[in-house]
Amino acid sequence: MSFRPALRRVVRQAPFLLIALVLAACGRDYPQSTLDPHSDITRMVDGVFMNTVWWALGVFILVEGALVWAIFRFRGKPDDPEPRQTHGNTTIEILWTAIPALILAMISVPTVRAIFKTYEEPSGAEVVRVNVKGHQWWWEFSYPQYGVTSANELHVPVGKTVFLEMDAFDVIHSFWMPQLGAKRDVFPNRKTTLWFRADSAGFYPGQCAEFCGTQHGRMAFHVAAETPAEFDAYIKGLQATGTPPAPPAAPDTAKRVGTAGVTTAALAAQTPAAAPAADTVAGSKLFAAKGCVGCHSLNAVKFSKGLIGPNLANVGARRYIAAGTLLNTDENLAHWIQHPWSVKHGVLMPELGLSDADARTLAAYLRTHTGK
Amino acid sequence: MATTAVEHAHADVHAHGSKTGLWSWITTVDHKRIGILYGATAFVFFLMGGIEALLLRIQLGRPDNTFLSPEMYNQLFTMHGTTMIFLAIMPLSAMFFNYMIPLLIGARDVAFPRLNAFSYWVFLLGGLFLNSGFLFGAAPNQGWFGYANLTSNQYSPGLNVDFWMIGLQILGIASLAAGVNFFVTVLNLRAPGMKLMRMPMFVWMSFITQVLILLAFPVITVALILLMFDRFFGSHFYVPSAGGDPLLWQHLFWIFGHPEVYILILPSFGIVSEILPVFSRKPLFGYAAMVFSGAFIAFLGFGVWSHHMFSTGMGPIADTVFSLSTMLIAIPTGVKIFNWIGTMWGGSLQMKTPLYFCLGFIAMFIMGGLSGVMHASPPADLQQTDTYFVVAHFHYVLFGGSIFALTAGAYYWWPKMFGRMLSESLGKLHFWLMLIGFNLTFFPMHFVGLLGMPRRVYTYPKGLGFEIYNQVETAGAFLLLIAFLVFIWNVIRTTRGPANAPADPWNGATLEWAIPSPPQEFNFAEVPVVHSRDPLWETKRERGGQLPEPVRVSGAGIHMPHPSYWPAVAAIGVAAVFVALMMLPKLGPAGVVVAVAILFLGVFKWAFEPA
Repeated sequence: MSFRPALRRVVRQAPFLLIALVLAACGRDYPQSTLDPHSDITRMVDGVFMNTVWWALGVFILVEGALVWAIFRFRGKPDDPEPRQTHGNTTIEILWTAIPALILAMISVPTVRAIFKTYEEPSGAEVVRVNVKGHQWWWEFSYPQYGVTSANELHVPVGKTVFLEMDAFDVIHSFWMPQLGAKRDVFPNRKTTLWFRADSAGFYPGQCAEFCGTQHGRMAFHVAAETPAEFDAYIKGLQATGTPPAPPAAPDTAKRVGTAGVTTAALAAQTPAAAPAADTVAGSKLFAAKGCVGCHSLNAVKFSKGLIGPNLANVGARRYIAAGTLLNTDENLAHWIQHPWSVKHGVLMPELGLSDADARTLAAYLRTHTGK
Repeated sequence: MATTAVEHAHADVHAHGSKTGLWSWITTVDHKRIGILYGATAFVFFLMGGIEALLLRIQLGRPDNTFLSPEMYNQLFTMHGTTMIFLAIMPLSAMFFNYMIPLLIGARDVAFPRLNAFSYWVFLLGGLFLNSGFLFGAAPNQGWFGYANLTSNQYSPGLNVDFWMIGLQILGIASLAAGVNFFVTVLNLRAPGMKLMRMPMFVWMSFITQVLILLAFPVITVALILLMFDRFFGSHFYVPSAGGDPLLWQHLFWIFGHPEVYILILPSFGIVSEILPVFSRKPLFGYAAMVFSGAFIAFLGFGVWSHHMFSTGMGPIADTVFSLSTMLIAIPTGVKIFNWIGTMWGGSLQMKTPLYFCLGFIAMFIMGGLSGVMHASPPADLQQTDTYFVVAHFHYVLFGGSIFALTAGAYYWWPKMFGRMLSESLGKLHFWLMLIGFNLTFFPMHFVGLLGMPRRVYTYPKGLGFEIYNQVETAGAFLLLIAFLVFIWNVIRTTRGPANAPADPWNGATLEWAIPSPPQEFNFAEVPVVHSRDPLWETKRERGGQLPEPVRVSGAGIHMPHPSYWPAVAAIGVAAVFVALMMLPKLGPAGVVVAVAILFLGVFKWAFEPA
């Protein structure tokens, strides 16, 4: 049987192949890898997992080895005499019940310790709180401490503990950040939590992990872990969108919106902004006339409850659109606005029958909304 | 039931009308024919589920593929899972329950032959109903686990969920009826002298499986009834906006769903435990340990359901309890594996196709078990749940485990069932193609899952590093197709060939090898008396070698139950009741009345027709 040496080779090499692949998995080629942790909690989870992997690998080699050895050692011929008829051995039965129990104990101790750690609820003024809401098929992120809301791109400061309180707008989703915070399901009408502290800056992909309908496959998001200064700038930029009409802002805007929880009514009272460009006016008109405004807000601070589309206050500066599906280029943005169903079939955003020119105008208008 | 051949001398088996033709199959109450019906039907469903899987694999063969629309993908992955679990693996096991349990315990039929026919017809109709959604472009599309509240009218307004919910409800009736039947059969119809601790291991594992079915299926029935009320009558058990709780569904579903895993694997444990001793020419090692570990697995199986829900955030205490109980299951499972290797140890392995598949089973199941321990740890599971790592794990258990063992059983018992020996060389080719194809398909899933690929996604973008793994998986899936084509070719070739199988081709240890291949309708002309765990080996030893080829006897004077088509009518009635409920808005109450009338007619005539 010519397969046999090949099989033996594969069986012998499997563990090394496995290790090689695991090492490769830590590289940069796998941006969504669970084996490349970048936060304290995912490092802990990785430690628990790798502990199990080593034990499992040992058991794998011993048991599969015994099996393969038995296959070759005890191969018989039809006319061989009947082998000795044994029925069992109590000592051996006890041994191979007890040894796995001991191994499981070695796995369960770090497991239980880690379980309690994952459920900790961090507190203190330093903790950045984010409310995460899953929608069919995008993610809403709001920062109750700063009074701003955004979508599909979660910005967090490196080195600070982030505490996520999560629920869902419609059906069950699961919020999964493989490198930063593992995964937690989100439910309508029920709060779940997750916490993490990113230890290196980066732009990390994540996506919905619980089947949630037609476009579950394209319900991704990104986490931008950035320096505290960058994070503060990001929040300030979002807060500034609470000042209608949109920037260019008056010189003192930055100072004003630096205060958390600033009331927009006060901001709205002042303004007279510079006259906007003509295409901005056209885009603004289209945004209202074509019904975009029915589902989307361009204001990260103040918007009516019950808007079912993502907040677009800083959409012009996001790296991706359509929940992590398309790179945010002008061309993609116009295409997405014009033909959302060709990108995400069944998505709740309707095909509006926009002309090419209208789509381009709207895209250009949205491009000016950068939250900066 | 230690009946003797002369009891009920008034009926002759040959007086039961025609033995061939379609009508004889529709009216049959013979456990062997029903077994073949189960097997053939389940194999067709297995091929359908396989083709669904191939379509999914083609779609995932490259990133951003548009071979399938997301709507179609979601229907196909839902139907793949539902089909493989309820319409393929369960009924393939049921084929062996039907055909082999009476033979292994020395009985002439099951306890309730007509209920047995009823179970089959309900199963067939349930399977057809579940698949009929495809004809309306509305096949189930919410996943085999059907998580609420995605299944509510608001988020699943079409008929898709209805086909699934009603289909499973119908199939549950078939499983429960069969569960009662085999439970009673094993307890009451064993040959004289066959004490519980002398039963063949397949009978033991099947018996435990029936207990699991009887305890687990009522739970899914209740869960589905609640869902049915939500969808048809506007209740809100799972609707959060009205104060219901979608998490209730998850608990109910997995209280059924985890024992279901053991319903799928325990019969396979039994098959392997029958085959290994025969081909090692040595009794099963640690019989008592095998019985008790099987029972312990089944018992623990009811205490681990929430390990499917670690990511829901149940709190640290619940996570700890379910994590530890889950890890505990690894112990009796390990005991089984060690005892199988112990059975081989010191034996004289006869390298025939059934043994190949058994060895493949053990090797693959070890891997499925080890990856299972990995996500028994909730923190690790927070990364792994709902990823391809879990897909890899349960395919190593259900394909590497159940399908390998069921295939082993098919090669092992084929000569008994059809009187023909399947080709050894084609069988071994089938084995190697399946082993290699299986590992190519499912081994890379471990990695692509850990690298961040979630389950149930209809596509994935470029640049996440998933491409190469998915390409290998798709190639492997086609190798699996070829493997099963070889099996089908083997079956066709064998069926065309001569009826060459002796009664005892493998030097078997159990009762079925003492009677002709295929057995006569009454199985045992004379009910055997059992003195040990390996009764046939014992007889052969006493008589100094092989037994003479058993002769076929007339069977005159052996009473066997009459054929009847009323169980099939009753089964149609059951299906009609559910269809009428689903069509209530269209047909009105009249439909339900007609359906109930058919059901009552079937049951009434069945009850009063003389057996």
